[in-house]
Amino acid sequence: MTVVGSDTERLTRADNAEPLLVVKDLKTHFKIDAGIVKAVDGVSFELERGKTLGIVGESGSGKTVLSRSVMRLNIASNVINTGSIRYDGVELIDKSSKQMQKLWGVEMAMVFQDPMTSLNPVVRVGRQLTEHLRYHLGVGKAESRANAIELLRSVKIPEPESRIDNYPHEMSGGMRQRVCIAIALACGPKMLFADEPTTALDVTVQHQILNLLATQQQDRFMTMIMVTHDLGVVAGRTDEIAVMYAGKVVEKAPTPSLFADMRHPYTQALLWSIPKVSQPKHTRLSAIAGRPPDLINPPSGCSFSPRCPYAQDKCREEEPPLVAASTPGHEFACWYPVGSPENQEAYDRNLAAGVAVTLAAEGRITATEELTSDIIAADLINDVIDISNDEVGN
Amino acid sequence: MGRILATRLLRLGATLFAVTFLSFIMTSLLPGDPVNAILGVDAPRDQETVDRIRDELGLDKPLPVRYVNWLGSAVQGDLGESYINRGQTVWGDTIVQRLPVTAQLAFMAIIIAVILAVPIGVLGAYRQGRWEDQTTSAGVQVALSVPNFITGIFLIWLFAVKLKWLPASNWNRISDKGLIANLETAILPSTALALTQMAIFSRLVRSDMIATLQENFVLSAKAKGLSDRYVLFRHALRPSSLSLATIVGINFGALLGGTVVIETLFAIPGLGFRLINAINQRDILVIQGITVFVAVAYVLINTIVDLLYTVLDPRIRKG
Ligand SMILES: Nc1ncnc2c1ncn2[C@@H]1O[C@H](COP(=O)(O)OP(=O)(O)OP(=O)(O)O)[C@@H](O)[C@H]1O
Ligand code: SF4
Ligand SMILES: [Mg+2]
Repeated sequence: MTVVGSDTERLTRADNAEPLLVVKDLKTHFKIDAGIVKAVDGVSFELERGKTLGIVGESGSGKTVLSRSVMRLNIASNVINTGSIRYDGVELIDKSSKQMQKLWGVEMAMVFQDPMTSLNPVVRVGRQLTEHLRYHLGVGKAESRANAIELLRSVKIPEPESRIDNYPHEMSGGMRQRVCIAIALACGPKMLFADEPTTALDVTVQHQILNLLATQQQDRFMTMIMVTHDLGVVAGRTDEIAVMYAGKVVEKAPTPSLFADMRHPYTQALLWSIPKVSQPKHTRLSAIAGRPPDLINPPSGCSFSPRCPYAQDKCREEEPPLVAASTPGHEFACWYPVGSPENQEAYDRNLAAGVAVTLAAEGRITATEELTSDIIAADLINDVIDISNDEVGN
Repeated sequence: MGRILATRLLRLGATLFAVTFLSFIMTSLLPGDPVNAILGVDAPRDQETVDRIRDELGLDKPLPVRYVNWLGSAVQGDLGESYINRGQTVWGDTIVQRLPVTAQLAFMAIIIAVILAVPIGVLGAYRQGRWEDQTTSAGVQVALSVPNFITGIFLIWLFAVKLKWLPASNWNRISDKGLIANLETAILPSTALALTQMAIFSRLVRSDMIATLQENFVLSAKAKGLSDRYVLFRHALRPSSLSLATIVGINFGALLGGTVVIETLFAIPGLGFRLINAINQRDILVIQGITVFVAVAYVLINTIVDLLYTVLDPRIRKG
């Protein structure tokens, strides 16, 4: 590939002590007629070079807004962005759109949620693949055509020579998402955001796309944020996972620790909602009973309390802070964390009082539930590893 | 593709028939007897002369027959002669002579309007709700509400009377006086015509552009670090110009028949000016000829615009 920055250069830079991305107390609030939508409300995390962070949460939990805010794509007059985003030692939160343009595409790039709408329908794929290459790096016309073909080849699109003259509607969904990935990779960014890169695609294509992202990340030593509502997607593909609920991170841990010892009831609920192969495709989101909270007037105390099977009075009054769990780097925000005696007591109390709705009501938990989350998680990780080995092998 | 073309042609044929028939009937229904106009109202007349003229003009035959006869000659390029200026043919000496003048006016008006409207519309959408948008929107509102002859009078006052940069009226043909002299006489009337068009166009561009800017592909273009200007003009403009293309075509056709007032104000020897004269003189065949011609041109232009769509939006090409 003829892109900027050789791998050796990246690797030496990677020795720097500071993580590539340090986000502190990031808030993104939208002013609308009905009030202020607190779509992202105080999120902090760090991301080392070459690592992958998974951001998981239900629809509406603020994942897209968070990833766009970190990239500073959410600049508009009705958007209030506060907190700190340090990227490669540089503070981004007070940068204007114009200043960010130098970083977009070149330093950080995004693969968007829906490949059907994120390509311009009236512009040929070839131009969309390389216009930023030409714009940022001054690549000439002939060379950029060769680049476009090379890019399409690298994302495994057959007959790239003829495909570059296609319009997006002449391609399948999976192919378009490959094009979107190629576009994101074109200028050789250090940091890649993938916002539910496979949600709009068929299950069979999903694995191919995820594997493509994984190999490209390794080849290019990219740092990645992978957004999804499916814990199964991030299980075998991330170094760390942040679970989002109502604009906040409610649990965050290195991936193995999270599955070995998940502490937040919402994480647990997400895990139980992972679609089993036998289930039809769209059961996953409905699997958590109740609705996501109103982001304009969130419930007092813990925002998960209206849906939580362990909720006590304290939960409805006081917001739980993020606290450290036993393994390093593992944090959660819950008064009655899963696996603790307090949790069991809270659950029994609710059951006795007849208020243990939601999870329990769906028959997913009983007091004598044998199947622990660890077992499910272990199975799941094995599954995913199997699949990726299969596909990387060919 | 063949079937689509065939149905299009069929539809075009039907429209052309309707358009020519209706404009023929309507011009025939104009009040006033053309015989009076030819003879002069006060002239002494005997029944014999009147009958002879009526017979010559075919006025004694029923309307459908007259239409068929007229159409038969029309498709061969013969639209008859002026009653008043005998020997002056409607096609060769009137339309062919004067169309270039009117077409040039309409064309220049549209070009000026588009050149102004696109940046104004794009700016309004890009800075939606801010002062840039509010100022241009107010300006556009004014342009829309001022009739073009008022604009014309103002332009004459400013550029011809006060500044003395340009002639106040008249028309220099390119063939006689050359391009520069021609443009000197063309620029004021076409600008007067352009202002309203500019207002209409820029509103369309603005509202289509506002919708396009919400599209995901605009955000993804922005996320590539392309400049705002590049995103606006190289990504968002084309998907936002479908309505513009339609209205440009429609309004160009409409302007061919809509330059009457401006041609009169600037004493320009175009179709409109001639039409007004013909109407005053009840010169039926001239009125009919020009009217039908303008209507047919309008229909043909719209058909071309339809085809142009496919260039702007590749997704339609298949259908
Ligand atoms: N421009 C905006 N103005 C007002 N509210 C917004 C805006 N953008 C997003 N929101 C709100 O922010 C909340 C979080 O949205 P976001 O798109 O980040 O969710 P998500 O986690 O990505 O969900 P999904 O899985 O559906 O993509 C939603 O309630 C949404 O309505
Ligand atoms: S137990 Fe309480 S604090 Fe913990 S998630 Fe449930 S409601 Fe929130
Ligand atoms: Mg989203």
